[in-house]
Amino acid sequence: MSLRAAFNQLVTVTAMNLRNLPSRVGTSLVAVIGIGGVVAVLVSLLSMGEGFRAALDLSGRDDVAMILRGGSPDELSSSIGREQYNAIVIAPGIARDGRGPIVSGELYSIVDLPMRSTGTGANVPLRGVGERGPELRDGFRIVAGRMFRPGQDEVIVGRGAFSQFENIDLGREVKWGSQKWRVVGVFEAGGSVSESEVWTDAVVLRGVYRRGNTVQIIRAQLTSAEALPVVRAALEKDPRLNVSVRSEKAFYSDQSRILLALIKYVGTTIAVLMGVGAVFAALNTMYSAVSSRTREIATLRALGFGAAPVVTSVLLESAVLGLLGGVVGGLLVYFGLNGYQATTLNFGSFSQLTFAFTVTPRLLVTGLGYSLILGIVGGLLPGIRAARMPVTTGLREL
Amino acid sequence: MNAAPAVAAAGTSIVRIRDLVKDYRRGAETVRVLDGLSLDIRQGDFVALMGPSGSGKSTLLNLIGGLDRPTSGTLEVEGLRVDELSAGSLGRWRADHVGFIFQMYNLLPVLTAERNVELPLLLTNLDREQRMRRVAAALKLVGLEHRARHRPRELSGGQEQRVGIARAIVTDPTLLLCDEPTGDLDRKSGDEILDLLQALNREYGKTIIMVTHDPHAAERAHRVIHLDKGMLSEGSG
Repeated sequence: MSLRAAFNQLVTVTAMNLRNLPSRVGTSLVAVIGIGGVVAVLVSLLSMGEGFRAALDLSGRDDVAMILRGGSPDELSSSIGREQYNAIVIAPGIARDGRGPIVSGELYSIVDLPMRSTGTGANVPLRGVGERGPELRDGFRIVAGRMFRPGQDEVIVGRGAFSQFENIDLGREVKWGSQKWRVVGVFEAGGSVSESEVWTDAVVLRGVYRRGNTVQIIRAQLTSAEALPVVRAALEKDPRLNVSVRSEKAFYSDQSRILLALIKYVGTTIAVLMGVGAVFAALNTMYSAVSSRTREIATLRALGFGAAPVVTSVLLESAVLGLLGGVVGGLLVYFGLNGYQATTLNFGSFSQLTFAFTVTPRLLVTGLGYSLILGIVGGLLPGIRAARMPVTTGLREL
Repeated sequence: MNAAPAVAAAGTSIVRIRDLVKDYRRGAETVRVLDGLSLDIRQGDFVALMGPSGSGKSTLLNLIGGLDRPTSGTLEVEGLRVDELSAGSLGRWRADHVGFIFQMYNLLPVLTAERNVELPLLLTNLDREQRMRRVAAALKLVGLEHRARHRPRELSGGQEQRVGIARAIVTDPTLLLCDEPTGDLDRKSGDEILDLLQALNREYGKTIIMVTHDPHAAERAHRVIHLDKGMLSEGSG
């Protein structure tokens, strides 16, 4: 049989099936909604991961070094003494200007704040930053109130933390441990992880937590991204020091790994389990579609139409329903969740990270791909059944 | 099993059936619907197949049309062993050689009359223009050229059956197989369909095999073959 005839058959049977769709709106909707629901859940979970990744990616610069004590996986467990600090900040590759090296010795601790959404307590990072700390964050600016004054018990609150947690309204006094702090400003920092934090003067925080002359981490502006190995080599060579040097980007990328893996694992597991249910919905729809057209299919077979176009047409219809579900689910998440601010526990820092659900085109395509697979799997058995049905039996169907 | 004598007709046989057996399974039971049947049908014949319900008329028609396979025996159409064709070849053979006319017309409700008639031509290499020319000719032949753009639900039963006939003849097949073509029509419409079939047989030399319960319809045929319990007997047409 020629290609033209094969193509004609396929187009005819598929068009016949699709033109029949309006008479089967109810059953078709079951499949569309079932698959749409699965795609919505999958895309929303993945968009959560994407938002989380974006928050951490935005935080990471290639030309800023994060210097921790050697072997410390995170800021909480790191500690760098004054002598080491002094040796580190003069390393070659660290940028300087008229005010000296562009570095920020920082302390990192965790305080408890109730979440606005649930009222339950959550871990929020309280960071003590050096005088030049803000310079090392892209897009840092005070959006309400003012900057904390050095040496004062004042804090400024990141925009993300401000929107997610209670008791940190501007001008309010907040008590952590025995220390009272006054909230004097709200800041943004280019959508980065810093916006999930509360900041104060590192010197004040050091005093409150009795950390002596230590800092936990040094953030250092590099002369360029390429200077990182230079700094690392210089610091490794210094026998007084035992530190690990990573770019800020690498640091946050490492932090996000656990949660991203968890989101991916949970998202995939849920999507697969729900997918099984959606396939049954699609199967049911397509069985009823095939059964309502038994005589038409048998008539076409009697006229000489092959089994392959019949199977393919059922698969195509099922795929179309699946894709419709994918579009519905994708749009639902895009318009319902994209940009929605939420917080989650960042396993890398044991504190809450504020992020926005981010529905990227890639995620939408992933969702559509999954809906297509569900549709095709749901149409396979009904398609085969339609093709294998004896023509003489089908012709007798009313 | 002894071969039954073939119910034969003079002239060139277009259909040659020998010792045809068809069994069906119903649960654990095997039911023999056709029992060693032999039959010849000549080119240009108009044969009516009559018999009580369950006598095997439609089964025989389906076997001749390649819609079903015999349990044993041979079935030749124009010298070709239809019973030996593969499923794929059988479909192509049907498209080229057989025109089916059904009791319930079996038109696709979503397609217009001309699109329904065009269906068998989609299996050929004709381009769209050639196909539409043939469709127009077939619809004209059945007197429905003015209803080409109408869907089946906009047509009367008689008109629907005429569209069915146009679809059956549009590829100029060797055989026209009609399964109770007037069974769902009133007498007047039924007569018009029978007139049309007679004209196709007489003027265009189409070989027609028609299953019918209706003696009035059978009168139009040249030959009337009776089937009872899977066996044949011939009466005058």
